[in-house]
Amino acid sequence: MKTVSIIGAGPAGIEAAYVLAKQGVAVSLFEKSSSPLKNIADKAFLFPNFAAATDIVEQMNRKLLNANITQHLDTDIVGLVHEGEQGWKLTDNRGNSYYSDNVVLATGYTPFDAHRKEELGYGIYNGVVTSLEMEKMIRYNQIVNSMGEKPKRVVFLQCVGSRDEKSGNHYCSKVCCVTAVKQAIEIKKQLPDAEAYIFYMDLRMWGQHFEEMYRQSQQDYGVRYVRGRISEASGTFDGRVQIKAEDTLMGLPLKMTTDLLVLMVGMEASEGTRCLAKAAGICGEYGFAQSTDPHLGDNLTGQQGLYVCGACKRPMSINDVVNDGRAAAFAILEG
Amino acid sequence: MKKFGFEISKGRQLNFDEMKSEKVEKLLELVPSYKWCIGCGGCTAACSAAGFTDFNIRKIHTAFFRAQYEGLDEQLNQCMLCGKCLLVCPRGVNTRSLIINMRRILANVDTVTWRPQRELKSKNEGGNNE
Repeated sequence: MKTVSIIGAGPAGIEAAYVLAKQGVAVSLFEKSSSPLKNIADKAFLFPNFAAATDIVEQMNRKLLNANITQHLDTDIVGLVHEGEQGWKLTDNRGNSYYSDNVVLATGYTPFDAHRKEELGYGIYNGVVTSLEMEKMIRYNQIVNSMGEKPKRVVFLQCVGSRDEKSGNHYCSKVCCVTAVKQAIEIKKQLPDAEAYIFYMDLRMWGQHFEEMYRQSQQDYGVRYVRGRISEASGTFDGRVQIKAEDTLMGLPLKMTTDLLVLMVGMEASEGTRCLAKAAGICGEYGFAQSTDPHLGDNLTGQQGLYVCGACKRPMSINDVVNDGRAAAFAILEG
Repeated sequence: MKKFGFEISKGRQLNFDEMKSEKVEKLLELVPSYKWCIGCGGCTAACSAAGFTDFNIRKIHTAFFRAQYEGLDEQLNQCMLCGKCLLVCPRGVNTRSLIINMRRILANVDTVTWRPQRELKSKNEGGNNE
């Protein structure tokens, strides 16, 4: 049986490793961090069913116990090249080499750096946080403003670093719309007296139960929606944040003071994705990796024995990448 | 004819069947990036005039595109052309150029020389683009 190396121990890589290992394939799983599932580790609940992220992490970690999987943690793969008879050669940051017949790229995404949208005040005003920081606050039951007090108002802004010419990212990051709805509901659950506003350009409730969550957020939790993009945020003397937007449905500019401004940061190709897609010659748009065909060859690449899965190709949700990891495994089993 | 003191109201609906206009075509030719607008209102939010006057750039260019020109020239004169709208637009629309060219078209001035003219010139005859 041919050997497989999987780069990236996120949900996509782990699922691919698990399916292959169950079929008796020897799998080497490489992860640059000291533990797998780094991106999910600090999440609270997952849409659309509010599953606890800890449960998902635990179940996925159990899949790694399969004897056919060899984990290489703290191993940052920086080189990927095909060397004829020997197959694919992976090189890590310490100069070690690993050979295998097949490689699965599952190097995922990295969150957009909100500092780049300077006008939104991230890193300048303490009341401005990212969606990842809000997720942590929800998880550890510590939703506080810059003064360490319970916020009376929380404002979410969609499309930070996505759908934005100025960030260089024209694409939609797919998961932020529903994540804001989920987080607003969580805030109202933990702090029923707080107000939650979501500023949007379009709300994209593409998945099963998403539209119902949106409705539930209005009906049961009183989350309010304003159609307009926030153009700038500034600090107030009392440590709050003042935002400016247009209420486009009223046709009037608006200002609003809030305790917390949550920037729904989008997804960009991770450093590993950029570096390895380039090394293997499968660069797609915006630094993501490119599959041969979005319909019938979405796990295949232009290179023999090199497969791609998950958010290294484009923004995806967790359930998307798990399915895609399985699909990549079956693409390898098919030969 | 007998007058009854009332008359039939003029329809208030936008008539999309009669919206094609030489002015809109000209604007699209001069500012092609206008097609990318998704109406997010970022331009109006950033506008230094919008907070104090009835100048609302998003509403104005939406009205222009719908061929509703009434009163637009006066509203457009409130813009100071500072270009802040340009900095925030997520679609990269050249909003400042949009304003200048709406003014030019409404005032029926030549888009190159700024001189008043009878007929609008097409791009091929020396029109300015963005």
